[in-house]
Amino acid sequence: MTETQIDVTQELDARGLLCPMPVIKIAKAMKALAPGQVLKLLATDRGSIADIPAWAESTGNELLDWHDEGDFLVFFVRKGQET
Amino acid sequence: MLDEKYVTDPTALTEETVRAIVQEELEQARKRDPAGKKAAFIASKGTLDWAYPPLILATTAAASGMDASIFFTFYGLNIIHKDFEQMLKVSPLGNPAMPMPVTMPNFVLGLPGMGPMATHMMKSKFAGKNVAPISELLESAQDLSVRLIACQMTMDVFGYAQEDFIDGVEFAGAAAFLAEARQAHVTLFV
Repeated sequence: MTETQIDVTQELDARGLLCPMPVIKIAKAMKALAPGQVLKLLATDRGSIADIPAWAESTGNELLDWHDEGDFLVFFVRKGQET
Repeated sequence: MLDEKYVTDPTALTEETVRAIVQEELEQARKRDPAGKKAAFIASKGTLDWAYPPLILATTAAASGMDASIFFTFYGLNIIHKDFEQMLKVSPLGNPAMPMPVTMPNFVLGLPGMGPMATHMMKSKFAGKNVAPISELLESAQDLSVRLIACQMTMDVFGYAQEDFIDGVEFAGAAAFLAEARQAHVTLFV
């Protein structure tokens, strides 16, 4: 799935933040979304490459796609039914 | 529940099919296991550096949908004391891993002023790298309903009263921690 096909509901800028804050912030932001809606996360913490997929897996959310912009990372997470 | 087709035709139930069914059942059981959704941590150290791991792990556990609790005992009580900003320090003494601008012999590290200097150094290094301060992690912990539990026995030993701690702290002993920990797959002593 490419970025242009993803319908983003909300964007969260976690650039500059280090572990554990990107995960704490996305967990909080995700609460405001309805199942199926997509959150776009911007982050500079390189640990997020492992942490965001792990967090999505354990919370029942779906990581649709992610890529490295060079200066920062972009993640697209779709809210699951369980959370 | 076994599929109807295996009841009418038991020969369809090959070893492979049975293994697949068992695997599926295990996956389902793992999701239902309440212990997979609980994390219990012990924070026993009262220095600035060691205040981080329990707070980071507990807030992340809570943000990952787990019920998390931290049991603060001995020097770990510093972390939830109202004066935690002043109480949490680092010492370069006896800590060969601590990065210092210049190498110094141990007896120099014991001189007055070295502790505050090391504490200041670490705080500005953390701030410079944009690491969340302890105050923000405590706030996040409370926001995420992480249970903060102070060890009553060590409070009595150190002469702390319940009012000495930040709001929302609970008070309990070893039995209460164990009751929590026996229902949690994740338990860590920091």
